[in-house]
Amino acid sequence: MPAPLLEMVGISKTFGSVKANDNVSLSLYPGDILGLLGENGAGKTTLMNVLFGVYTPDTGIIRINGKQVKIQNSADALRHGVGMVHQHFHLVPCHTVLENLMVGQKGRGGKLDRKSTLEAMRVVKDRFGLYVEPETLVSDLTVGEQQRLEIIKALVRGARALILDEPTSTLTPQETEGLFEAMRSMASEGMGVIFISHKLQEVQEITNRVVIMRKGKVTAELDNIEHVSRQELAELMCGHEITPPVKEPVTPKEVLLEFKDVSTPGFARSRLKGISFQLRAGEILGIAGVSGNGQRELAEIISGMLAPFSGSVEIRGKVMNRLSPRDVQKLGVGRIPEDRMEIGLIISLPLKDNMILPRVHEPRFNRKGVLLRRAIDAFVREQIEVFDIRTPSPDIRTGALSGGNLQKALLARELAWDPYILLADQPTRGLDVGAAQFVHEKFLELRKNGRGVILISEDLEELFALSDRIAVMYEGKINGIMPISEATVQRVGLLMAGMEEEVAA
Amino acid sequence: MSEILSQIFQIGFFAALIRIATPLIFGTIGEMYAERAGVLNLGIEGMMMLTAMAGFSTTYFTHNLWLGVLAAMATGVLAGLLMGLLTVSLGLSQHVSGIGITLLCSGLSFFFYRLIFGQPASLPKIKPFHTVAIPVLSKIPIIGPIVFNQFALVYIALIFVPVSAWLLYSTPWGLNLRTVGENPKAAYSAGVSVSAYRYQGLIIAGALSGLAGAFLAMAQYNAYTFGVVSGRGWVCIALIVFGQWDPYKSAAGAFLFAFIDALQLRLQASGVIHVPYQVFLMMPFVFTIVGMALVSRNARVPAALLKPFRKEER
Repeated sequence: MPAPLLEMVGISKTFGSVKANDNVSLSLYPGDILGLLGENGAGKTTLMNVLFGVYTPDTGIIRINGKQVKIQNSADALRHGVGMVHQHFHLVPCHTVLENLMVGQKGRGGKLDRKSTLEAMRVVKDRFGLYVEPETLVSDLTVGEQQRLEIIKALVRGARALILDEPTSTLTPQETEGLFEAMRSMASEGMGVIFISHKLQEVQEITNRVVIMRKGKVTAELDNIEHVSRQELAELMCGHEITPPVKEPVTPKEVLLEFKDVSTPGFARSRLKGISFQLRAGEILGIAGVSGNGQRELAEIISGMLAPFSGSVEIRGKVMNRLSPRDVQKLGVGRIPEDRMEIGLIISLPLKDNMILPRVHEPRFNRKGVLLRRAIDAFVREQIEVFDIRTPSPDIRTGALSGGNLQKALLARELAWDPYILLADQPTRGLDVGAAQFVHEKFLELRKNGRGVILISEDLEELFALSDRIAVMYEGKINGIMPISEATVQRVGLLMAGMEEEVAA
Repeated sequence: MSEILSQIFQIGFFAALIRIATPLIFGTIGEMYAERAGVLNLGIEGMMMLTAMAGFSTTYFTHNLWLGVLAAMATGVLAGLLMGLLTVSLGLSQHVSGIGITLLCSGLSFFFYRLIFGQPASLPKIKPFHTVAIPVLSKIPIIGPIVFNQFALVYIALIFVPVSAWLLYSTPWGLNLRTVGENPKAAYSAGVSVSAYRYQGLIIAGALSGLAGAFLAMAQYNAYTFGVVSGRGWVCIALIVFGQWDPYKSAAGAFLFAFIDALQLRLQASGVIHVPYQVFLMMPFVFTIVGMALVSRNARVPAALLKPFRKEER
């Protein structure tokens, strides 16, 4: 075995009372594509941020090419050849590609040195096949291109070890394939790549080694994962057995929700442009697409926050025109918004206030404008019990709960009223296997009970597992809608990227 | 009517326009550096007052104008560093810190003025800056007397505009500064120290507010009064939005404001239009509000303006 490119030995990092990393060791060899797996809060991102100099570890050392180094900031990390592509891109949208690449350079004679950066870009293009037009504004790039730029940025700065933090979560399958090719060519050039992902299928496809973390510790290291089943990987990650949810056959009944040629005003790429579809009782309709292609607008119309500009929307036979979010609720629409911290919940309020917020006007919870604290308390305690929300008390500040528990709270709140239609926008984003499974089971339960679910998701695996039909959105249009039996990852991926399908007669 | 116009639009009018614009250019360009780095410096109004006082007093006792300018700049830098301590190092609200600094600095300037000069019967005065005619250029008809027969500080302000554009758009320093103000994480992950750049932006803003203050008390006037700044700092805050954080556009905004200010002064003096003089005084500020309303709809604010940056944030 060759000498390791980098080694992290005995890394510990504590935040307040939480041990995010507890004596973690990890090595990366030249030519490695190392998968780093673990549930949310297992400490993967913390560990990588230690390596990249964002966090200073409490204890532990880092060795690069056998030499112990001190990485106290990102500049140190870059100097030692460690590059990182964060989950949220670190780009300036109003600057050009080239400007984004030149940040932090020394310059020549006091001036920006465009030439040397362009030359470095050419080298990266020749060696790894990665290129983006240097004079384009970053805001004009697609998400996939922005990510490519992030990787180019790391390579231009001389990275020998590259950390990719959930790089595929916003890519189409084809873009993912392109990313994998680049990763392979980096590995074949003797670089090391660390790949963090929740998508086990991808981890199996691309990595040659896997490190699994749980609760801040490394719990397993597997050298050859081709023979390990995904089930086993998932169980290693969450530490207990997992049974995948069962989808029973259900015959869809009456139409609950219908969009007829709906458009929204404006000029944005995500503006809706003539959308039509139906949702039936007993059905889960999956909405696929790269984010920013109109999913948010669609969700806002259904939840009454955005009025359609033309066309009509019917909810359970009622034409929705300028209905308020409360009217929509009264019609039986429950809603799990994309951003649970911003729109879904008010994180600075106590949990119990959040649990009743949309229903606070109901006589059950208030009498002549005065809150009935006892009734609220009883209701909230019951929901915490039923949905197994792990919280020390109903009075805790909502923001103090973990992501999975926040989502459970939101789900409990919406499902408490037995909605006819549930609108779920990215309901499992950032959730670990166990929490995601809980959410999925609830959706299938709704479906069995003759309710309709609209599931907007970027996670194709989730869409394929739950949906009865899949609609693909691209630039504000539905670029294709198909029953699950006719859907393949390939086909959905092409539609997500904007390919047109010939209309079958 | 045409008589009034020809009376107004004389060479003296345009020369005055440039003089009125000068402190605004200093203030606005200084503010630009701070805001491009992501810090809104609402302390500028007070900083201009304090630096005007510091510059004036230094010159009063040393009889050296440039020593006064240096003292004003040094005072501005100190105030900028204080703003940096509050907003960058401690990560406090930029609004609150800025207004606090304005209150502190204006209070200090009154306090020290009283301490130094007491309550004199006649206003203490200095020999102010004289205009410097630039050889050859000042002889050009019309342009010469307007542009090339001005105070030295006016030339410095005019040169500062292209220099700032060059610094901002053509140097690594400028790119780093802009990146810090747009996405500090991008800057940080490229090995750029966010706080160092924010401090630098504030130091420049402080030094330039010093030049603005010095100009007001030592070139425009020859004395320090409590009304010497009278809202010009706030105007700079508006002009930077009007100028969309660009040196040339900001300077253009300063000239436009100065044009209306010079115009209202002449109209007031001409006594032709019979309205209360406060109406004239109001004109430049009405322009600022209207101009802002029109332009700021499309303005693209530096994305990280007002946002403190903490490295170890979870």
